[in-house]
Amino acid sequence: MSRQSNRTTDSKKMNSELFTLTYGALVTQLCKDYENDEEVNKQLDKMGYNIGVRLIEDFLARSSVGRCQDFRETADVIAKVAFKMYLGVTPSVTNWSPAGDEFSLILENNPLADFVELPDNHSTLVYSNLLCGALRGALEMVQMAVDVKFAQDTLRGDGVTEIRMKFIKRIEENLPAGDE
Amino acid sequence: MAIFSVYVVNKAGGLIYQYDNYVPRSEVEKTFSYPLDLVLKHHDEKVIVSFGQRDGIKVGHALLSINGVDVIGKNTADGKDTLEYLKDPANYPVSIRFGRARLSSNEKLMLASMFHSLFAIGSQLSPEVGSSGIEMLETDVFKLHCFQTLTGIKFIVLADPRQSGIDALLKKIYEIYSDFALKNPFYSLEMPIRCELFDQNLKSALEVAEKAGNFGAGS
Repeated sequence: MSRQSNRTTDSKKMNSELFTLTYGALVTQLCKDYENDEEVNKQLDKMGYNIGVRLIEDFLARSSVGRCQDFRETADVIAKVAFKMYLGVTPSVTNWSPAGDEFSLILENNPLADFVELPDNHSTLVYSNLLCGALRGALEMVQMAVDVKFAQDTLRGDGVTEIRMKFIKRIEENLPAGDE
Repeated sequence: MAIFSVYVVNKAGGLIYQYDNYVPRSEVEKTFSYPLDLVLKHHDEKVIVSFGQRDGIKVGHALLSINGVDVIGKNTADGKDTLEYLKDPANYPVSIRFGRARLSSNEKLMLASMFHSLFAIGSQLSPEVGSSGIEMLETDVFKLHCFQTLTGIKFIVLADPRQSGIDALLKKIYEIYSDFALKNPFYSLEMPIRCELFDQNLKSALEVAEKAGNFGAGS
């Protein structure tokens, strides 16, 4: 039997501009509340983390992707399946480190930051830091500790948006049985 | 009516959700006069039959209710000790219901953690590396199906041995969990699931699976 995706919510399309507006409202409110870019970056990372730990189950339930054998496979799955599923964009995977534990995701356009311009007084704000937290949270739930940060950001004048992901270690505590 | 129950176990082995869809009950209610010809005894906070099998009442059956009122542990609903109550001839004739004792929620918790440990042992015993762990436990009256996600959550379904389509059902339950439990911002991870939408959707998924499985072809 082919696996039918009998989610009735699949047909509910949301205006992506509403999504951009919602995220924008979130970031500006955080800026007003904390008044400190570093603090806002931290909060966005935390919020992203909470989203990531929940989103991973949704991703695994719907995409029937199995366990990745190595970090390269993980990178491919993130870029080609996950980003496509949730943000509708497919970043490219490049700049692999010689040890194979670091890579970059290059995004031509970032749906979170459509129509956004960073003012001069927020030069250290990482606007899309939610993405970093989400990636970190999601991978932690599948026993991978990673470090995710923005290497380049179109909002700060760079040509493309580049997310740098570094594999730190496999999380050995609380491994699901059978995964040694 | 062939899916008996659903259990969801978190990463640490704790039971976070349990639903009994259909529990075959064998209960017998009879009216007795003094003296009671069954020998009863206390066991594990319940009153059970220790001798005197008759008319469908078997040894090991628990006393479930007296005169229509459910007993609470060892005492009647009024708080009197059941055995004392039944020794008094003035209380007769009395109508007592016996049946197989239901599992209490504590017992279910213990059984779930025990299964979690067995699952871990099963994976370690595996001669090949990367075993999926226990997928099915089969007996003559039921089959236990288990699905462990990459994140360590186990979904367990107890069903009739002839019921088919349980693999698809386990995937469906995973989807329902990721939708109605995880997307509820007020639900904390690894905690008991108390979301109504989750219950409702789970029930309808079970109904669909039962109907589909009964046509034999299944998945």
